[in-house]
Amino acid sequence: MNFFEVKNLVKLFGGLAAVNDISFEVAEGEIFGLIGPNGSGKTTLFNLISHYHTPTNGRVLFQGRDITGLKTHRICRLGIGRTFQVVKPLKRMTVLDNVIAAAFSHARTKHEAREIALETLSFCNLIHRKDDLAKGLPIGERKRLEITRALATQPRLLLLDEAAAGLNPSELEGAIDLIRKIRDRGVTLIVVEHIMKLIMTISDRIHAINFGQTIAEGTPHEVAHHPAVIEAYLGEDYAHSAGH
Amino acid sequence: MDVFLQTLVAGILKGGLYGLIGMGMSLIMGVMGIINLAHGQLMMVAMYITFVCFTYLGLDPYAALLITMPALFLLGALIQRYALNPLMEVESLLPENQVLMTVGIGMVLTEIARFIFSSDYKSVQTAYSSSSFFLGGISFSVALTAAFFIALLFTGFMFWFLLKTDLGRAIRATAQDKDAALLMGVDAKRITILTFGIGSALVAAAGTLLMPIYYLFPDIGSPFTRKAFVITILGGLGSTVGAIFGGLTLGLAEAFGATYIGMAFDDMIGLLIFILVLLFLPSGFKRLTKI
Amino acid sequence: MKRFVPPLLLVLLIFFPLLVQDSYYQHLMILVLMWVAIGTGWNVIAGYTGQVSFGDAAFFGTGAYTAGLFVHKLGLSAWWAMGFGGIAAMAVAFPFGWICFRLRGAYFALASLALNEVMRHIATIWEPLTGGMVGLLIMQSFVSKIPYYYIALGMAVVSVLSVQFIMASKWGYYFVSIREDQDAAESLGIDTHFYKMCSLNIAAFLTGTAGALYMNYMGFIDPEVVFSLHDISIMAILVGIVGGVGTLYGPVVGAFVMVAVHEFFRTGFFGLFKGLAALTGSPAVETAAKFIMEAHVLGFGVLVVIVILILPNGIVGDWSRITGLFVWTRQRKMPG
Repeated sequence: MNFFEVKNLVKLFGGLAAVNDISFEVAEGEIFGLIGPNGSGKTTLFNLISHYHTPTNGRVLFQGRDITGLKTHRICRLGIGRTFQVVKPLKRMTVLDNVIAAAFSHARTKHEAREIALETLSFCNLIHRKDDLAKGLPIGERKRLEITRALATQPRLLLLDEAAAGLNPSELEGAIDLIRKIRDRGVTLIVVEHIMKLIMTISDRIHAINFGQTIAEGTPHEVAHHPAVIEAYLGEDYAHSAGH
Repeated sequence: MDVFLQTLVAGILKGGLYGLIGMGMSLIMGVMGIINLAHGQLMMVAMYITFVCFTYLGLDPYAALLITMPALFLLGALIQRYALNPLMEVESLLPENQVLMTVGIGMVLTEIARFIFSSDYKSVQTAYSSSSFFLGGISFSVALTAAFFIALLFTGFMFWFLLKTDLGRAIRATAQDKDAALLMGVDAKRITILTFGIGSALVAAAGTLLMPIYYLFPDIGSPFTRKAFVITILGGLGSTVGAIFGGLTLGLAEAFGATYIGMAFDDMIGLLIFILVLLFLPSGFKRLTKI
Repeated sequence: MKRFVPPLLLVLLIFFPLLVQDSYYQHLMILVLMWVAIGTGWNVIAGYTGQVSFGDAAFFGTGAYTAGLFVHKLGLSAWWAMGFGGIAAMAVAFPFGWICFRLRGAYFALASLALNEVMRHIATIWEPLTGGMVGLLIMQSFVSKIPYYYIALGMAVVSVLSVQFIMASKWGYYFVSIREDQDAAESLGIDTHFYKMCSLNIAAFLTGTAGALYMNYMGFIDPEVVFSLHDISIMAILVGIVGGVGTLYGPVVGAFVMVAVHEFFRTGFFGLFKGLAALTGSPAVETAAKFIMEAHVLGFGVLVVIVILILPNGIVGDWSRITGLFVWTRQRKMPG
C-alpha cells in the first residue's frame, strides 16, 4: 500500500485538458517535488487532490483509501493539509486566531487549540507576530502563516503550493529550513515550485510536468538532466542549480 | 388555438419591452458587478416624468422619451459617481454594501415619489392607449407594438455601439477584466459612471414606452426590479442580446401564466421564477452569444 | 473603563420600569430590547459569518404567526411560542439555507429577499390558516407593560450572552473564518456548509423568538406588518450596521438608535414640526409635518446610504474614528 497515490488524473475545463493523465506515488516521509513551467497544471493538480475541482477522471488514494470524491474539509481531517499559491490569510483575525481556527480541526477544547496554535507558531518562527492582524503581515510572513495554519491541522501529508515564490534570498533559506524541519517532524511533503534552487535542494524525488502531462520523474539529478525538462525550461533556471 | 396565438403575441410584444429593461441592468451587472436593486425605481422615476410631461406639458410619451432618457442618464451617472464609486474605497466588514446601497437609494426614490405624487394610481391616457389593430384575427395593441419595435431599435443600436465604437469596446473590456482594461488606459471610473447612465437611460425608455398602457404608483419599482433581475440572469450578465432572450422568455412565461393559470398567482409565479433562476441559471443564455 | 459599560447598562435596564413609570417610554424600551435580540441574531449570520441576509422578516413573521396560531389553532397560550416560535423559524431557515447557501454573497442576499416576499405571500394567501390580510388577534396576558418589559429584557440578555458564548468558542472561530475566506476555511477542515447552516439557524431562532414576543405583546399582527421588508428586514440591517457589524454590542447600540430614529420620524421630530406648524400657521409646514411623520422609510433609505458611506463599521466598530473627531481625546492620545 502506497502512502499517497495519484492515478490517471484528468481534468478538463471545457475543451482544455489542464491535467492530462497524471500518475505518481509518494512514499511516507518523502519530500516529493512537483515542477513545471507556469500553467503546466501544478496548482490544478493540488486543487484536484484537495477537491476544489472535481477530477474528470482518475483517482486519488491516501493510505490505501480512495479519497477522490470527498469534500475538501473531510480531506483535511483525514490528514492532508495544503497551502494556497495565492495566500489566503484570514485577514481581519490575528495571526494566533488564524492558527487556532486551524487547530480546532483536531483539538477538542479551546485551551487545547490554543496550545497547539502557540506551539506551531513557535515551530514556524512566527510567534512574535501572534497578536498582529493577518492583513498587516508582509508577503514572506503571510506565506509562513499559510504553512503554520496548514501544520496546525496536524496533517500527515502537506501540500505546499509555491511556498517560496516572492521570497528574497534570506527568506528562501528560512523556507528551506522550515520545510526540512517539517519533514523531520514526520510529515510527508509534496512541494510545488518553479524556483529551482529550492526544489532541487530539498526534494528526494521530483515529478516534472508540462501542459498537464508527465514529462519526467526521478531524483533531482536525473530530472535536471532529462532532455524534456531542459526543453520545457529553456535551460536558464536549472542550469544554475543543476551545478550543485 | 386563437387564445394560444393571442397569448403568444402578447408575450412576445411585452418581451421586447422587458428586454429593454433587462438590457440596462445586464450592462450594469456585467460591467460593474453591481446588482442594482434600484433599477425598477429608476424606471418609476422615468414614468413619473412622463406623467408630468403629459399632464402638465401636453407632451406625448414618445416625445417625452427625449426628456426622460437624458434625465435618467444624468441621475444614473450621479448615483454611480457619488454613491457607488466611493464604496470601492470604503473598508468594511459587511461584504454586500453595494447591494444595500442600491436598496437604500431605491427606498429614497420611492418615498420621494410618494411625497410628490401620493400613493394614488396615475395613468397616461393617449389617443392610442387602448387602440389596437388586427392581423389575421389576432389583436395587436398599438402602443405595445410600437414599444416592441422601438425596443428592437434600441437593442440594435446598443449592439452596434458596444461592438463598433471605441467607447463601447472600452465598456466591454471593463466588463471582462477591469484590471486589464485599466492597464490599457481605460478610465474605469468614467466607464462605470457612463455605463450606469446608459443602463438608466435604457430602463427610462422602457418606462416611458410602458406608460400609455400601464398604471403608475410609487411602489411599482420593486416588482420591476425583480423582473429585471430575472431577465438579466436568464439572458446572461452583460449580454445585450441575451437580455432580449431573457425578456422574451419572461414575457411569454407571464403571458401564458396569466392566461392559463390565472392572475391571483401572478406575483407568486414571478417570485418562484426569481428563485429558480437564482438557483439554476447563473450564466443563462450568454453562452450562445458573443456580447 | 469600557468593560464596565455593559454591566452598568444592565443594572440601569433592570431598574428602568421602576424609575420611569410612563408607559410610552416603557413601550419604546420594549421595542429596543426586541430589536437587540433581532439585531444580535442578524449579526451572527451577517456580521460574523459574512452571509448578509435581507430577509429577516421571514423569521420574525414566522415566530409571530406561530404564537398567534398556537392560540387560534391549538388553544394554547401564546407564550409557548417563545420557544416554539424560534423553532418554527428554524424550520423555515433550514431548507432555505440548505438550498441557497450554494449561492455566494450578493446572490444569497437576493435569495433571502425572495424568501421574505414568499413568506409574506403565503401568509396573505393561505387564509384558512393565517386569516389572510385580516391578520390574527389574541388576548393579551397582561395589562401593564412591566411584565412584557422584563420578558423582553430577559430575551435580549439571553441573546447577547449566548452569542457572546458562541463567538468565544470553536463555532465563533469557524464563523469568522468562513466570512474571511470560505475556501481557506474549507482547507482547514471547516465544513462551511454545516457551519453556515448553524449560523443561520441561530439567527432564525433569535429572530423568531422576538417575533413570538411581538405577537404576545401587541396582540395583533398581519402579513404586512410582521413580514415587512422595510420595517423588519431593513430595520434589522440598520440596527446591525448603525451599531456595528460584527461586534457584540453593536446591535445593542443600534437598537437604541434605530428605535429613536423611527420615533423621531413618526412623531415629526418629537412634535417639533407640529409645534412649528401651530406656531406659524403655515400650511407648508403642516404638510411637511405630515410628510415627515409618514416618511420614516425615506429616513431609513437615507440612513442606509449615509451609514454605508461614512460609518461603514457602525458606531461601535468605528468608535475610535468617532472619538478621534473630538479634540480632547486626540490630545490625550498624543503623549502616549
